[in-house]
Amino acid sequence: MNKKQRRWRNRIVIALVLFAAIFAITELLPLDTWLDSHTAAVWLEFALFLVPYLVAGYDVLWKAVRNIGHGQVFDENFLMSIATVGAFAMVLFPDTDPHMAEGAAVMLFYQVGELFQSYAVGKSRQSISSMMDIAPDYANIEVDGALQQVDPEEVAVGDVIVVKPGERVPIDGTVIEGASQLDTAALTGESVPRYVEVGAEVVSGCINMTGVLRVRTTKPFGESTVSRILELVENASSKKAHTESFITRFARYYTPIVTGAALAIAVIPPLAGMGAWSDWILRGLTFLVVSCPCALVISVPLSFFGGIGGASKLGILVKGSNYLELLAQTETVVFDKTGTLTNGTFSVVAVHAEADVDPDLVLSIAAHAEAYSDHPIALSVKEAYRGTIDQQRIREAREESGHGVRALVDERTVLVGNDKLMRANGVGYHDCKLEGTILHVSLDGEYIGHIVIADMVKEDAAEALRSLHEAGVTKTVMLTGDRETVAAAVAKAVGVDEYRAQLLPQGKVEAVEALMSDAAKRDPKAKLAFVGDGINDAPVLTRADVGIAMGAMGSDAAIEAADIVLMDDKPSNIARAMRIARKTMRIVRQNIVFAIGVKVVILVLAALGIANMWLAVFGDVGVAVLAILNAMRCMNVKGM
Amino acid sequence: MRKVFKLEDLDCANCAAKMEDAINKIDGVEKATMSFMTQKLTIVADDGRFDEIMDEVERVCSKVEPDMTILR
Repeated sequence: MNKKQRRWRNRIVIALVLFAAIFAITELLPLDTWLDSHTAAVWLEFALFLVPYLVAGYDVLWKAVRNIGHGQVFDENFLMSIATVGAFAMVLFPDTDPHMAEGAAVMLFYQVGELFQSYAVGKSRQSISSMMDIAPDYANIEVDGALQQVDPEEVAVGDVIVVKPGERVPIDGTVIEGASQLDTAALTGESVPRYVEVGAEVVSGCINMTGVLRVRTTKPFGESTVSRILELVENASSKKAHTESFITRFARYYTPIVTGAALAIAVIPPLAGMGAWSDWILRGLTFLVVSCPCALVISVPLSFFGGIGGASKLGILVKGSNYLELLAQTETVVFDKTGTLTNGTFSVVAVHAEADVDPDLVLSIAAHAEAYSDHPIALSVKEAYRGTIDQQRIREAREESGHGVRALVDERTVLVGNDKLMRANGVGYHDCKLEGTILHVSLDGEYIGHIVIADMVKEDAAEALRSLHEAGVTKTVMLTGDRETVAAAVAKAVGVDEYRAQLLPQGKVEAVEALMSDAAKRDPKAKLAFVGDGINDAPVLTRADVGIAMGAMGSDAAIEAADIVLMDDKPSNIARAMRIARKTMRIVRQNIVFAIGVKVVILVLAALGIANMWLAVFGDVGVAVLAILNAMRCMNVKGM
Repeated sequence: MRKVFKLEDLDCANCAAKMEDAINKIDGVEKATMSFMTQKLTIVADDGRFDEIMDEVERVCSKVEPDMTILR
């Protein structure tokens, strides 16, 4: 609680104590007999209840008067003032019971509710801003051998900064000295630290855990990852969800309508001779108490805000509440293959040796023959070979362009390459049933086996697709520029429903458009999300209803083009984002139905004369408090 | 030009919506959003008349929520 809220709270507590004391006095003491007049007793009560009423609500009354001067008629302060002043004014109708206690109570509870709202909103603001507390305060630069703390804004590109253990990397750059573990949790939600050494790229916002790093900056502070993320999250609130605008529109009509109805109820029936004025006026006042749409107007944006904040804790950055809403309605998820479902890098997936040949020998021979090559295929073979490469064993390694490598290893002729190389040298080879690049290996003209190299499917891809279906996605599609056979193999491995292969970049946009119009035919509200790695697929990210970029840590293009940015490159985070979106929308809907439902019920009961002001106060403050508590659940993303 | 302003003592969500509405009606304002949660006002408005527009923004806001201040 801040100072203002504490003062407010103390004032309410004093008013509450006064109210309770006066309530006890008026209920228990025989004022009528003491004063010897019922009327005098009522007026004494009136004066007594006026004290806690004014202590609790003088500011509300003052604001009401002031805002009327500004032409704000349907201001909540004004409505509360009318309702409570009206309740006190019932003293002028001696034929009915006095309602001063209710008037004072309504004002008191209204203030309790307002204070709670203010507190709860402040609390969520705080917890979300602490989640996003990744902004570095300073950068260390070395001047004449001594470290100096400077504003990160002042550091130029190419300057060397020093990041000590426990400090946050202030600016993106490359490590030029030192090695350390980096905690990337604030950015990615990933708790396993990342090891960096000389030559590695470091991303601002990570926390240096173990060693001192000297980093040459590659970007100015304003363009570093941390600044871009903060900017993105700050702007998220300016893109409002459809539901939010609906509530704002609803509020605009709700209050005038209920106020009008209150007036009608207070005036028309008694004029028509259907009962006493006092009774109908009281019903009208009860209407006014529930005429404020606060519960909705606060809890709906709070839910979205909480959902976005919670998601950011997991490294899922949502650029606006509208995207959270769209994601919740998404029924088709389209994936780019390379870099999204697969790692996007080549690696050895199988070594098939001929009978009587050791697979390790095939790999070892191939790795030695490819020792001097830096072709991606050669690199993946060397990576798969666990032993060390003994350069003494290699002689005369020669690349046969487009076919493979010929080399002398241990004085024996080795051929490593595709089927053309084998055919050209008269080696009898055979094909493989696996998909990927096949590297045949021969030793002294004899075929000893082949190595299969392919882009590996990400570990959690299959599980991600399964949980997407569980979260309510009806169709998953994979798009790729790759060959039909490769696409089919990956599609089967990860379990997507459909795939489109051999697409040119613009073909992906067309494919997404076709899928969107297809889906719209079945259900116009169903949305489509596209997931890419932000490289070459910016047009598709923009075209889809929801563009999701993954592995975005450090990629500006992805952060720019996408609507939702996954800092990590794990496909399982898409399902998480989906679950958060659906949970948020569920809570929003609960609050809307609950708040409107309770208010309508109370309005009906009040019109019938069943509901009194006490119930109406619950309809206003109680509902708002419950809706806020419910909305705060959105922030909790544990176990998502 | 797009500018973001911090808001102080914005205590009422309904008022934020009303102020946003009123600001959007000001001549020269292309788009304005007021976020109750982040207590920020984002305005896209005519470059040359920005200060003048902001004075008008302050005027309409003080009609709805006189306690709030826009930090300029």
